[in-house]
Amino acid sequence: MRRHLPVLVTTVVFLLGFLFCAIQYPNIASTRVVMNLFTDNAFLGILAVGMTFVIISGGIDLSVGSVIAFTTVFLALAIGNWGLSPGMAFVLVLGITALFGAAMGAIIHHFEVPPFIVTLAGMFLARGVAFLMSTESLPIDAALYQEVASFSIHLPGGGRLRIIGMMMLLVFLLGGIVLHYTRFGTNVFALGGGRTTTALMGVRVGRITVAIYMLSSLLAGLAGIVFSFYTASGYSLTGVGVELDTIAAVVIGGTLLSGGAGTMFGTFIGIMIQGLIQTYITFDGSLSSWWIKIVTGLLLFLFIVLQQLLTHLARRATTGAGEKDTQARP
Amino acid sequence: MNQAESEASDLLRIRRLSKTYPGGFRALKTVDFTVRAGEIHALLGENGAGKSTLIKTITGITLRDDGEVWLDGREIHPRNGEEAQAAGIATVYQEVALLPNLSVAQNLFLGRQPTRFGLVREGEMGRRSRQLLQGFGLDIDVSAPLGEFSVAVQHIVAIARAVDLSAKVLILDEPTASLDAREVEVLFTVMRQLKSQGMGIVFVTHFLDQVHAICDRLTVLRNGGLVGERTVAGLPRMELVRMMLGRDLEAVETARSRSHRDTVVDRGAVPAVQAVGLGKHGAVAPFDMILREGEVLGLSGLLGSGRTETARLIFGVDRADQGELRVDGTSVRLLGPRDALRLGFGFCPEERKTEGIVAELSVRENIILALQARAGWLRPLSRKRQDEVADRFIKLLDIRPDDPDKPIGLLSGGNQQKAVLARWLATGPRVLILDEPTRGIDVGAHAEIIRLIRKLCDEGLALLVISSEVEEIVSYADRVTVLRDRHHVAELTGDEVTEQRVLTSIAAT
Repeated sequence: MRRHLPVLVTTVVFLLGFLFCAIQYPNIASTRVVMNLFTDNAFLGILAVGMTFVIISGGIDLSVGSVIAFTTVFLALAIGNWGLSPGMAFVLVLGITALFGAAMGAIIHHFEVPPFIVTLAGMFLARGVAFLMSTESLPIDAALYQEVASFSIHLPGGGRLRIIGMMMLLVFLLGGIVLHYTRFGTNVFALGGGRTTTALMGVRVGRITVAIYMLSSLLAGLAGIVFSFYTASGYSLTGVGVELDTIAAVVIGGTLLSGGAGTMFGTFIGIMIQGLIQTYITFDGSLSSWWIKIVTGLLLFLFIVLQQLLTHLARRATTGAGEKDTQARP
Repeated sequence: MNQAESEASDLLRIRRLSKTYPGGFRALKTVDFTVRAGEIHALLGENGAGKSTLIKTITGITLRDDGEVWLDGREIHPRNGEEAQAAGIATVYQEVALLPNLSVAQNLFLGRQPTRFGLVREGEMGRRSRQLLQGFGLDIDVSAPLGEFSVAVQHIVAIARAVDLSAKVLILDEPTASLDAREVEVLFTVMRQLKSQGMGIVFVTHFLDQVHAICDRLTVLRNGGLVGERTVAGLPRMELVRMMLGRDLEAVETARSRSHRDTVVDRGAVPAVQAVGLGKHGAVAPFDMILREGEVLGLSGLLGSGRTETARLIFGVDRADQGELRVDGTSVRLLGPRDALRLGFGFCPEERKTEGIVAELSVRENIILALQARAGWLRPLSRKRQDEVADRFIKLLDIRPDDPDKPIGLLSGGNQQKAVLARWLATGPRVLILDEPTRGIDVGAHAEIIRLIRKLCDEGLALLVISSEVEEIVSYADRVTVLRDRHHVAELTGDEVTEQRVLTSIAAT
């Protein structure tokens, strides 16, 4: 039971929050608003799927926001200036971002550099390249973009499930399957439980590390594509600070920031909680949008305290009385 | 059994294994070691005897300098634990090397889970896990995280994984250190079962009862050298203790009698430190102890008998949960080492590398550490005073090289030990606790440290010295307290302080 407590708490918080919002503004409890939650947070959700893998493995990826910026600028130039078809541009940009992530993973593993430093460097690098390509906001004008924007599945109650919302749900579903039901997923958890131990148990730690960061960057590339659908433009200032929103959503979703535990479902709820706060503030109209940050900050704080408490309790439950404390130093 | 036959049944054969660590410390000196198929072989020795190094060099975690490792008639050269495992040598460490956050089943099958279309077959994996563990008499929820189970269960899971990876030789490195009696019995059942299946088991422990309970043969190491290999059945306990702690027999007979200094100590005076019924649950049973100024009290006993725990209680590192500690006749309550420091206590811990020195800091900074701590960090010692203190002790204790600004990590073990000693002497202590002061240092430095202990005692310090070297402890201690199984079992004074008497008390014969 204790294993599922963090994600359970997150879910309860979300349901209570939704209830609270719905009582204040009954319109919130409609398919229209819920579908908009999916649409508006599609890119964040896709990022969070990758970030869940990274954080469970005991790492962190700060570069994702910059990768989004790079992707949108690259797409705008590729489609607008270089005359590539959108499909071709997507394949190219996903290839580049995947390679970028693989390179970061390889550096983290082979040079034993902390992921924080490597992905921080990656963050500056990707942002810098985006600026180098263009400093302006570039419109993307392609038939595909209009089709994507106009297509949606109509739901009763006026809700529209748009393509980018569907993409996010699909990524969450696939991410959940890979994380929870494949050897790769188990290895990700193993890595978060202990790198040396995992290596001693015969897992090829290097490969897994490279794959994890490759996946995260690839999904950041996909999130960039989704974001370009959402705004129909490319801009090098896109996604500043988004990596931190993503990390917050993952942690609020019950994933242990130190690695080794977490669920994809929890991350989904974490994203929905952030979206809900945003929606509430929009409905209210008088609140400053900075309240999103404040509430997110409070929630994050609450969840980290909860996790520490649970970890502490779990440790107390398993350590025997005869164990001697070797921490103290005279 | 002739030579050829005995070699044929040897599963693991180690020949002339040697290892010298950087810095010149010889951890293994041409050690031979054999394990037969279907036997449980105890590997015994005190801390620093070379057990860990032997295991690490066999499994390739540490590379050997010289010697051969033969497994099943084939010479092997594993370069890491994984290769040793592939060759057929599995090791289960005291600290369970599994992942507490994964389920039991995932731990058993990590890297080789049954899959279909790329998805792990949870049901199949669970079924096979249950089946595997039932063979070890374990019926648990294999989908629960490993960390939720007791250390005993974790050990058995680790063994089950190792055995399932088709190991021929299983090395158990102090698996019973954190188990209770019932859990030990479960583990022994598993070991007997594996033995009957023809596996060779190396069992590292420091509980002699367990050696007699389950082992067929044993090998004793001391100071990196091989002391001997014996059959357990019919081996007197006394003989075993002597192998682990004592010198060879001839030396014991000639152990020097005690005469020096007994008269100096004024038996009537209020003792500097007195423990009355002091104890801590799970660490050391309640004990009485008296420590006078100008006197050396030795603590002797096997590893894990409660020697270090006793010292930690007196220095306030661990808090006693019963009894009282009196200093100069007044009852005191130590809440931490800082309180002990204020009372004029000093403590040189055994684990010099992890608890004693700060390797990156210079010799000078290491020496003034305790002095500065006592003065309070808000009142830094002037550089001039630091230099004075450091220079005085470097000269006094003959620390080499005599460069106070050299990082202490670059000094030899003996000189590091002297610097740690200097740190406490600089605070002008009345009571000094030395835990294994001669561990891991060369012979010359060894003699010097012992000379130093005698000198300090003559200057009126009260000394509490813990040592595994019985011949060493009887050479300088005025009284010796013997510990066994976390109890203070004997106190020897005057003419009783002989190697023979100490060994007899430890062996309880």
